[in-house]
Amino acid sequence: MIIAERKPLAEIIEMVQDCKKILVLACRGCVTVCSAGGEREAEILASLIRLGLKKAGKSAEVFDASLVRQCDKEYIDAIDQFKGQYDAIVSTACGVGVNFIANLRPDDHVFPALNTTFFGASAEQGIWSEQCAGCGHCVLHFTGGLCPVARCAKSLMNGPCGGSVDGRCEIDSEVDCIWQMIYDRMGRLKRQEELTASAPIRDWSTSRHGGPRKQVREDLTV
Amino acid sequence: MSFTPDIRLFSCHYTSQQSCADEGHELEQLNFPKNVKMTRVVCTGKLEEMTLLKAFEDGADGVYVVGCPADGCHNVKGSQRAAKRVEAVRSALGELGVEKERAKMFFLPRGLHPEFVGAAQEMNERVTEMGPSPF
Repeated sequence: MIIAERKPLAEIIEMVQDCKKILVLACRGCVTVCSAGGEREAEILASLIRLGLKKAGKSAEVFDASLVRQCDKEYIDAIDQFKGQYDAIVSTACGVGVNFIANLRPDDHVFPALNTTFFGASAEQGIWSEQCAGCGHCVLHFTGGLCPVARCAKSLMNGPCGGSVDGRCEIDSEVDCIWQMIYDRMGRLKRQEELTASAPIRDWSTSRHGGPRKQVREDLTV
Repeated sequence: MSFTPDIRLFSCHYTSQQSCADEGHELEQLNFPKNVKMTRVVCTGKLEEMTLLKAFEDGADGVYVVGCPADGCHNVKGSQRAAKRVEAVRSALGELGVEKERAKMFFLPRGLHPEFVGAAQEMNERVTEMGPSPF
């Protein structure tokens, strides 16, 4: 899922300091699961914005609501039920949601309440770790299911580098060297021999290097 | 200028048993501050961050929670969960440039103990010193 965390309150309050009617809009997708921007967090943020503006000597109507998701047009359309009730939306969705509202509501002010951090998984309650970089060219079948793009600091295709020590990355001794993990795992799977082949020079055009990406599925378009 | 703070207490059902003694008059006799408004909850683990923030929005100058000892909660981790939510509120107060000490968690034994009155008096003194809430 997409992992995110709330921006500092001062940053959010500065965005809306001149607004009089503010809709704090939650997303019931990924950001609910990672407890960053679901209904509960939006309700809390609305309260904190009210308190922050009041402390600054300003007053505004601040209310919260939620959408099933903020990354599908049919759900964005539900914003219309609040028409006239807000002069700005503070979205607690990931960056996708904020962009999508901006795309579909060209005359609305929309501000991000979160910093979108990465694609990750719940390592344990309250802890998430990055697992995928969305690079558009998956190599997990070569690496035992462990991603060297997202989980190697250098995104090496033929690791480990010389900085790996005792299975830990040179950037931080708390970080596992994913290439050590790949070698160990491939060994357990009796596939380590496959790692003797050099990975070819990688084409990064499917990643961000090729500009904004778009995917068209002719079988689904109507 | 004299100032009597509006203080809200959210207390565990068990740790606030003293409030029931002597038909509810014992706390008063023990100098429990009259300006501390108590809400008893079945378990402080049930408290939401929003409940504490709402108290500030409603005009509280200080908000505190009294739960079971961290390692002796009737519901195992209820008071530990409450402490996390109080800490989240304290952190948010800090972000807003407001004294974190306006919110506090107390872990107190169940039953009749002077610490329950002591916690109220401590909050009363602390918040009185800080003055009215800036909200």
